[in-house]
Amino acid sequence: MPKELWKGNEAIAEAAVRAGLEAYFGYPITPQTEVLEYLSRRMPELGRAFVQAESELGAVNMVYGAACTGVRVMSSSSSPGVSLMMEGLSYIAGTEVPAVLVNVMRGGPGLGNIAPAQSDYNQAVHGGGHGDYPRIVLAPASVQEAIDLTVLSFDLAEKYRMITMLILDGAIGQMMEPAEMPEMKPVHRQDFDWATNGTMGKRERRLLTSIYLNPLDEEQTNLRLLNRWKEVQANEVRYKEYFIDDAEIVIVGFGTAGRVALSAVRTAREQGIKVGLLRPITVSPFPTERLSQLTGQARAFLVTEMNMGQMLDDVQLAVRGRVPVEFYGRPGGVVPFPDEILNEIKRIASSPTADHTDARDAWLTRMTERV
Amino acid sequence: MTTPANNLVYERPEAFTETPTHYCPGCTHGVAHRLVAEVLEEMNITDKTIGVAPVGCAVFAYNYFDVDFVEAPHGRAPAMATGVKRVLPDRVVFTYQGDGDLASIGMGEIVHAAARGENLTVIFINNANFGMTGGQMAPTTLPGMKTSSSQNGRDVETQGYPIKVSEMLSTLEGVGYCVRRSLHDPKNIRLAKKAIRTAFETQVRGLGFSMVELLSTCPTNWGMTPVNSLKFVEEHMIPAYPLGDYKISDAIKQIKI
Repeated sequence: MPKELWKGNEAIAEAAVRAGLEAYFGYPITPQTEVLEYLSRRMPELGRAFVQAESELGAVNMVYGAACTGVRVMSSSSSPGVSLMMEGLSYIAGTEVPAVLVNVMRGGPGLGNIAPAQSDYNQAVHGGGHGDYPRIVLAPASVQEAIDLTVLSFDLAEKYRMITMLILDGAIGQMMEPAEMPEMKPVHRQDFDWATNGTMGKRERRLLTSIYLNPLDEEQTNLRLLNRWKEVQANEVRYKEYFIDDAEIVIVGFGTAGRVALSAVRTAREQGIKVGLLRPITVSPFPTERLSQLTGQARAFLVTEMNMGQMLDDVQLAVRGRVPVEFYGRPGGVVPFPDEILNEIKRIASSPTADHTDARDAWLTRMTERV
Repeated sequence: MTTPANNLVYERPEAFTETPTHYCPGCTHGVAHRLVAEVLEEMNITDKTIGVAPVGCAVFAYNYFDVDFVEAPHGRAPAMATGVKRVLPDRVVFTYQGDGDLASIGMGEIVHAAARGENLTVIFINNANFGMTGGQMAPTTLPGMKTSSSQNGRDVETQGYPIKVSEMLSTLEGVGYCVRRSLHDPKNIRLAKKAIRTAFETQVRGLGFSMVELLSTCPTNWGMTPVNSLKFVEEHMIPAYPLGDYKISDAIKQIKI
């Protein structure tokens, strides 16, 4: 397919359609609304299901119902709306049905603002809904990657009977870039042996539920989810490396923060600083093993995020204190400039000894002096 | 219904499993379940029916109906049913919800499913309290009625007034069929069954949202014998929640059963 100019949110919507999306349920919220708007036109013209729900609670439970029938189903929202969806996500996880959710993140907590942020990393990767459950989380850094990961998310959700979330900051949802769409894939309803789509007199009835009153049964369910997660961890870790081969300073950043960091890395390289970037594409499962390997060559890590240091904890767990980990973040809907990250690179490059101060504390001190 | 052999007057509907129910003695959930099962069998739609269970006493409804079932979060059954029905419009989808589930936490979902005219059937059990959690006040609890969370009796000044769901939903254009019946005696049970049949006929014909509200007993949480709780329905519930046809669209009036 030729490259076309696509807005991130609309690109995700069209990519989902081409991946065989049969049902979309959503609710307006900035900066995600174009997904809903685009599909309000696109889905009916293809004879597929579209409902603007009464709330995100309604939307996620419509997703839950459609997911139980085994069709490809998706919703999208932005931070406050995703918080409302956490009930449904927990049930979907407990019922082990596939579903895709896109979070075009904005500044928070609370109503926050509508500027691009990565404030929901922890909610997506570590928590959100109640109970013990893993989920796949993908973090695109461009419109093209948003398209590719949207298509992938349906395959992963079905393969592992698991929620797959895309988290992207509002910048990627709102900006336009040249990108290539995949071919239109015909809707192919898989005959899943768990789907509740009516017996039609041909099989025993099926039940989909997240209730396991006997704690021993719930424990077995938790362990089954964990074992499935081990497969995900073994097979689905994705990341992209830039200038890593001889890097002494390794930057870790996802989405837009990773993309801005890449500009800084390029400038630093021109100035002779041996710095590279690892950009996680799957933030869950996290590229822990690769980061652990890199502790053998890096003398310092720098985590860049558009939040107060959420992925930072996961990097520190991977690095296990072997080398210093530093942090630079802009929370609240502020997007860092490449120069800000370049200054951090230069500071780390010129500091002769390892800094044992807590990374977040040190960053906070620097920020307090600056702002 | 299968043709009765000589002296066979009562048997398990085919839409029922053989699982004994967990409901308390004297509770009318069992009656409501049976009426739904009989209607599915009579309409020959058991094979293509998908049920949506609520959170509440009927959380295990899926154990008793021999059809595909999904189990919704508290109050969300109409949204979940919307998801099922929109991708499988040729299947029959029903929710079975209590008054805590439908009229309290799930009020948003039920109103909007009705307003959209979703082709769903809702069986709404109104027993004036939260049964499963031990008899707390529901939006349907009668003024002055004592429950475990309105121990001095529901004071409408501080705890508000009962919600008349059928009356409210009947104002919405998307609703095709919306009636209230009672399960307190055989005559009313027969009328309830006819209403449930009409509700499913409404769905099968694509005539919009259908709901049957059923006034029901809760002897355990009301602290009454089964017989006294039937009397309570007749003497106290029906005056507060009048039985009747709140909305029957013209197209549905033409249905001959």
